[in-house]
Amino acid sequence: MSGRLPVRKTYKLFIGGAFPRSESGRSYEAAGRNVARASRKDARDAVRAARDAFPKWASATAYNRGQVLYRLAEMMEARAGDLAAVCSGRDEVEAAIDRVVWYAGWADKLPQVLGGANPVAGPYFNFTVPEPTGVVAIVAPDEPALLGLVSRLAPGIVGGNAVVAVASETHPVAAIELAEAIATSDLPGGVVNVLTGLRAELAPVLAAHMDVNAIDLSGADGDTAELERLAAGNVKRVVHGVVDGQSPWEIQAFLELKTVWHPVGA
Amino acid sequence: MSDVEKSERTAVPAPFQWEYAPAPEARDAVSLRERYGLFIGGEHVEPRSGSFFPTISPSTEEQLAEVAQAGAEDVDLAVAAARAAFEDGWSSLAPCGRAKYLFRIARILQERARELAVAESLDGGKPIKESRDVDVPLAAAHFFYYAGWADKLEYAFPNRTPRPLGVAAQIIPWNFPLLMLAWKIAPALACGNTVVLKPAETTPLTALIFTDICRQAELPPGVVNIVTGDGSTGAHMVGHPGVDKVAFTGSTDVGKAIQRKLAGSGTKLTLELGGKAANIVFDDCALDQAVEGIVNGIYFNQGHVCCAGSRLLVQESIAEPLVAKLKRRLETLRLGDPLDKNTDIGAINSKAQLEKIRALVASGEEEGAEIYQPPCVLPEKGYWFAPTVFTNVAQSYRIAQEEIFGPVLSVMTFRTPEEALEKANNTPYGLSAGIWTEKGSRILWMAQRLRAGVVWANTFNRFDPASPFGGYKESGFGREGGRHGLEAYLRFE
Repeated sequence: MSGRLPVRKTYKLFIGGAFPRSESGRSYEAAGRNVARASRKDARDAVRAARDAFPKWASATAYNRGQVLYRLAEMMEARAGDLAAVCSGRDEVEAAIDRVVWYAGWADKLPQVLGGANPVAGPYFNFTVPEPTGVVAIVAPDEPALLGLVSRLAPGIVGGNAVVAVASETHPVAAIELAEAIATSDLPGGVVNVLTGLRAELAPVLAAHMDVNAIDLSGADGDTAELERLAAGNVKRVVHGVVDGQSPWEIQAFLELKTVWHPVGA
Repeated sequence: MSDVEKSERTAVPAPFQWEYAPAPEARDAVSLRERYGLFIGGEHVEPRSGSFFPTISPSTEEQLAEVAQAGAEDVDLAVAAARAAFEDGWSSLAPCGRAKYLFRIARILQERARELAVAESLDGGKPIKESRDVDVPLAAAHFFYYAGWADKLEYAFPNRTPRPLGVAAQIIPWNFPLLMLAWKIAPALACGNTVVLKPAETTPLTALIFTDICRQAELPPGVVNIVTGDGSTGAHMVGHPGVDKVAFTGSTDVGKAIQRKLAGSGTKLTLELGGKAANIVFDDCALDQAVEGIVNGIYFNQGHVCCAGSRLLVQESIAEPLVAKLKRRLETLRLGDPLDKNTDIGAINSKAQLEKIRALVASGEEEGAEIYQPPCVLPEKGYWFAPTVFTNVAQSYRIAQEEIFGPVLSVMTFRTPEEALEKANNTPYGLSAGIWTEKGSRILWMAQRLRAGVVWANTFNRFDPASPFGGYKESGFGREGGRHGLEAYLRFE
């Protein structure tokens, strides 16, 4: 026996900007580590934290949201080594960081590209602006563990939504390492919440939750019919996004369009 | 201030009663057949189901015609016809060709405007001045607008390659039969899809006249198919494996059932569902204009409007004079024959809807709200409901939470803009909202915070094909109108 024994990290959930253990006191083993196994109660707590965080984040200026996302990229760059250790490696980390930077730049361009002024036939000023839809649940893909989560998370939050993400069941550690970058990135607590645990246990709770406005099933394995059925309870927006790609249309899937009319007259 | 002084300040003189001679629109602009079949593959065909049901005029209860009750086999045939038309040429037709067909349809709608307006008012009960000045011109405008998109789709969505979806099943409601048909068919065809459309059970006539417009436009057979029937026909369409897209406008309950049914199927879905719009009036508004806007917001089309301003939120300091003015204005509304050009309030669309309105109004009275209806004589035959205002309404009352879809306004008050917002956003719906104030910065502040897809400031119930329309929350997803309305009928490579 020689050399120093390393201090192991205890992996926890990320809810409301804090890192609690699951209220259920459970964990499960994934990739050789014990990871918190979130309960339905944890999922509900995460939704509440997201709902509380939503108004402030949604009303932040686009310039500010863009900067906060860029700050997240800075934090990820600083942790690139740690992140590389929990995903497929350095290339994936770099792609994930670049993706965050790419989406950061969209924050203050969305209304110009996705909205517009409408030439109605009458004396009205009429314009359409994109707005966040509210609380978004994300079922993250298993592969690539880090880049897949980032690819769904970034378009979710850049438009002003708050997110509850169910991490990959088989590779949850990347999500928690990412959460630690998020926690230090100026993103207000609760804008991103990360649950680790069993997808089959958590996804249906979020799909059926009446205070979740949209659900991204990009990482839901196999048959998503039951989740989609549950989503109909409050007419949730169901998103099947691109797992490894980037596009402003991925952002639009999480947005509503609001049209405002006003008469024009002297 | 004493009560006497208060009542003097808010007293509004009784309206002068104008006597108008009847000014009925001639019915002979429309010649109806006794019985209508289905429109499948460019042909009028007898339903395989063999069954028909009557469509009646809600203002007189007379039977106007018999229409087919399409069964599962009929829906199969319609979907097959639409599929064949999609594959045999419509999807590969030069886009400018699609555009020209749509321009033709727009023109024929304008040329046959009188006939369509009369048919719409006969079958649906809405005042002729609305069908003539709103429904028909807007329907034509929708075809005109989307005609222009047909050959410009690649400019609508940068960096994406648009492709049609295939066969669209479209189910429309009874409140704006022809206009909803235009909202559904025009963008679908512009994007290269073919359609099977089901008009509402109580208002099929203008859609059946539209089949003749398709013939006049020489639209290729099967591009547009019209099947009539009730909810069971709609259910066959929604569950049909040959359908690539479902577009539904109607109640939130049915919308949820459709979303459940399509779960996991990959069928693209857009929903335009119910609403319970707040019309918010601040103390600095132009009061008379606001009263006109409130009346337009809730009594237009007898309140059969999903985005109707059915909850009036008034700033407390002007509640008394505003309600007094509103009641006085209500006394001047003319209820009666929908075909009379002076009529403001027509007939309730159906007996079932009248019963629903009555039940909800009864619940309002039971829960403790104060009801006001202007003196007005209801015709002996037909389905009628007097314009109604409820004051003393609490947030929790059914009349403040549930969609009534009738000429019934619930009045509540607020003190601060924050309170108005809180109350306005306090329903599961999020379709539309109104703001009345002279203060521009307040309009924009409110408009940003209202959770609704359409916000009308110092106006209400305006529509235009260039303007996206659709809801937040349980009012549905997807937009109709404008560039955004194209997306519902496209997939991207």
